[in-house]
Amino acid sequence: MSDLKRTPLFPEYEKHGAKTIDFGGWDLPVQFSSIKEEHEVTRTTAGLFDVSHMGEIEVKGPKSLEFLQRMVTNDVSKLVPNKAQYTFMCYEDGGTVDDFLIYMIEDSHYLLVVNAANTEKDYEWLVKNNGYNDDEISIENTSAFYVQLALQGPKAELVLQSITDFDLSEIKFFRFEKEVYFHGITTPALVSRTGYTGEDGFEIYIKKEHGRDLWKLILQAGEKEGVRPIGLGARDTLRFEANLALYGQELSKDISPVEAGLTFAIKPNKEADFIGKEVLKDQIQNGAERKLVGIEMIDKGIPRHGYEVLVEDRSIGFITSGTQSPTLNKNIGLALVEKDYTEEGTELTVQVRKRKLKAKIIKTPFYKRVK
Amino acid sequence: MNLPKDLLYSEEHEWVKKEDNKVRIGITDFAQDELGDIVFVELPEVGEEIELDEPFGSVESVKTVSELYAPISGKVVEVNEELEDSPEFVNESPYEKAWMIVVEPSNNDEMDDLLSSDKYEEFIKED
Repeated sequence: MSDLKRTPLFPEYEKHGAKTIDFGGWDLPVQFSSIKEEHEVTRTTAGLFDVSHMGEIEVKGPKSLEFLQRMVTNDVSKLVPNKAQYTFMCYEDGGTVDDFLIYMIEDSHYLLVVNAANTEKDYEWLVKNNGYNDDEISIENTSAFYVQLALQGPKAELVLQSITDFDLSEIKFFRFEKEVYFHGITTPALVSRTGYTGEDGFEIYIKKEHGRDLWKLILQAGEKEGVRPIGLGARDTLRFEANLALYGQELSKDISPVEAGLTFAIKPNKEADFIGKEVLKDQIQNGAERKLVGIEMIDKGIPRHGYEVLVEDRSIGFITSGTQSPTLNKNIGLALVEKDYTEEGTELTVQVRKRKLKAKIIKTPFYKRVK
Repeated sequence: MNLPKDLLYSEEHEWVKKEDNKVRIGITDFAQDELGDIVFVELPEVGEEIELDEPFGSVESVKTVSELYAPISGKVVEVNEELEDSPEFVNESPYEKAWMIVVEPSNNDEMDDLLSSDKYEEFIKED
């Protein structure tokens, strides 16, 4: 298909043997060498991801804070410049519009980094719910202007430090720096210590004209350490092991963030009313009808997105994500199930195509890095 | 791309090797490369009948599940049990260590519809 969107890094993929797929309308690399190898590289060294497909929406103006407090579940007033926050935007019924990071650039200027496939929807939802004047709020979809790279893994800081004079150890978890210059690149990048793999690492935003140079610079700097480009396949297994939600699977318009177990990013006691507050507050206080749990297969088989979960032949939920975990080498999944079946050790049945296979509930996250 | 000349191929990317009155079946080098790391192989049991173009098992990569479609009808007389513990054989050795089943064909005419290595190569280039 020729109408797929491409990031500025597309010409680089081929040099590293990428296989590309249609990912929500984007022509993106699913793997370069092998998902298992790339997963391992990220867990043990560091991997470089092109995540330029992610959407960027900028909210500016004197009423930005007031507006965002009404739109999202987390408490945006807790942000200070150079700090980022994970949050949800919900519908009135508690269903999720999207999950994303908000970066506070400065007073009255916030950057929202949203899921690629949701960018248009999020933008429209923000605009639709914006009752302010133009001089109070501006909302702009600036996705097309940036390349976003992620360097993730235990060697990420070492490698990135070798190409900048800025002391990266100053950037703590969920903090960022707006103007980091990399050697030989004339435009500064925004660098945050954030990621989607369960490893230490950075996400880097730079004007798209400089994206390819930065990509090449990082790979060159990391060559000795074994840094390699990583595709979406490993990105998915990495985030899954670390129990990081994927919109469309753990979260959706039909799944609230409370059901997904992500209550930490919902602040029903903040002063501002926000969309979905009533339902979410009730779910937090009284428990939601469904809850996300981790499962491990007892019988041989792999749980996959959408497979039914049963107890005594009655459907009690479904698998949101599942695979053979490359780190643990176990067949594990996340399942959204009725609240009465969420205790660790509970045995369940997973309908794996024609077969009914036994599984049990286990603790999440499946993987946690040693700090 | 490794496509041995002495094998026959199906459009569903299985290879078939004639052995006297039986055939040995597996998936092609092209198929394993497309699928990526194979982590699970599900095969029928000895004695089961498989039917042309119908699924007889599945292979799972880290990312997805793919059905295996029978290139020929017949009765399963042997199954490669080693693939249960070593699914990676499918990637490492698709034509040798990762043979999947041996079948006694019930209709030898079906063999005529399988592709030669040259024809199969053409087929995957067009696809």
